[in-house]
Amino acid sequence: MPVETKAVGKEYPPVGYEVGLEKIREYANAVGESGDVHRDREAAKAAGFRDVVAPPMFTVVYSSPALGPAILDPDVGINLAAMVHGGQEFVWGEPVCAGDVITTSSRVKEIFEKDGKGFYVFESTSVNQDGDEVVRATWTNIVRGV
Amino acid sequence: MADQFAPAEGDSIPEMRVTPDKYLPHRYAGASGDFNPIHIDNDFAQMVGLPRNILHGLYSMAQVARAQTEAAGGDPRSLRRLSVQFRGMGVPEEEIVVTGTVREVDGDTVIVDTQAEQAGNGIIRNAEAELRL
Repeated sequence: MPVETKAVGKEYPPVGYEVGLEKIREYANAVGESGDVHRDREAAKAAGFRDVVAPPMFTVVYSSPALGPAILDPDVGINLAAMVHGGQEFVWGEPVCAGDVITTSSRVKEIFEKDGKGFYVFESTSVNQDGDEVVRATWTNIVRGV
Repeated sequence: MADQFAPAEGDSIPEMRVTPDKYLPHRYAGASGDFNPIHIDNDFAQMVGLPRNILHGLYSMAQVARAQTEAAGGDPRSLRRLSVQFRGMGVPEEEIVVTGTVREVDGDTVIVDTQAEQAGNGIIRNAEAELRL
């Protein structure tokens, strides 16, 4: 059965996220990022950041919520029980600091079939309160047995 | 910020080793907001055919990211891009080893081929990092 591709190009409403200092610390602790710039305001400022800075992969905290509606969209038609996260790319821009307000927009980039698997590729773009791009992401989900 | 990083093509980046403990997936779930039960509920994971509860792929990717920024001297701004493929399944209580090789140096931009494995099984493959020094 071929994959349904009608949702390619579909866009989803932007999702906002306000970055908290303690959330950065919690995330840094969970992934083992030990740098002072992820914990201490003075250390972060001394290193040239506006405030305590998030590790690059903190991206998942503020951008994932924007992907939920796309992955669950009946127009996309993913069989969640057979879905695995196949690949991920992040391209970082302006650093994300405590106090930033990040807005993430997502869209369906590609849907295709290969070797009996469905590939569902989503794209998201996150900008801060000044309109600067902080990350551009490509999320690839693979569904077995389409 | 730290030691000078002056890589040449073919150089290895410092190997990074970390062993996620039994409760790591729970802490990462809280920190990331991803509470998929395959990561935090051993019984559920086995019910759906997994050997046990498995690591979040994005946690493993975060270890690959950390190995890059640490190689570059610790500045989070040095990591400009990271692209990975998730393969196999990462599990708690097993050491993760992140390795990488410099593929290309162009001025202040460095491209690293990198991967992560546990007990010889690849959990992150074909990863490519772009660093700016």
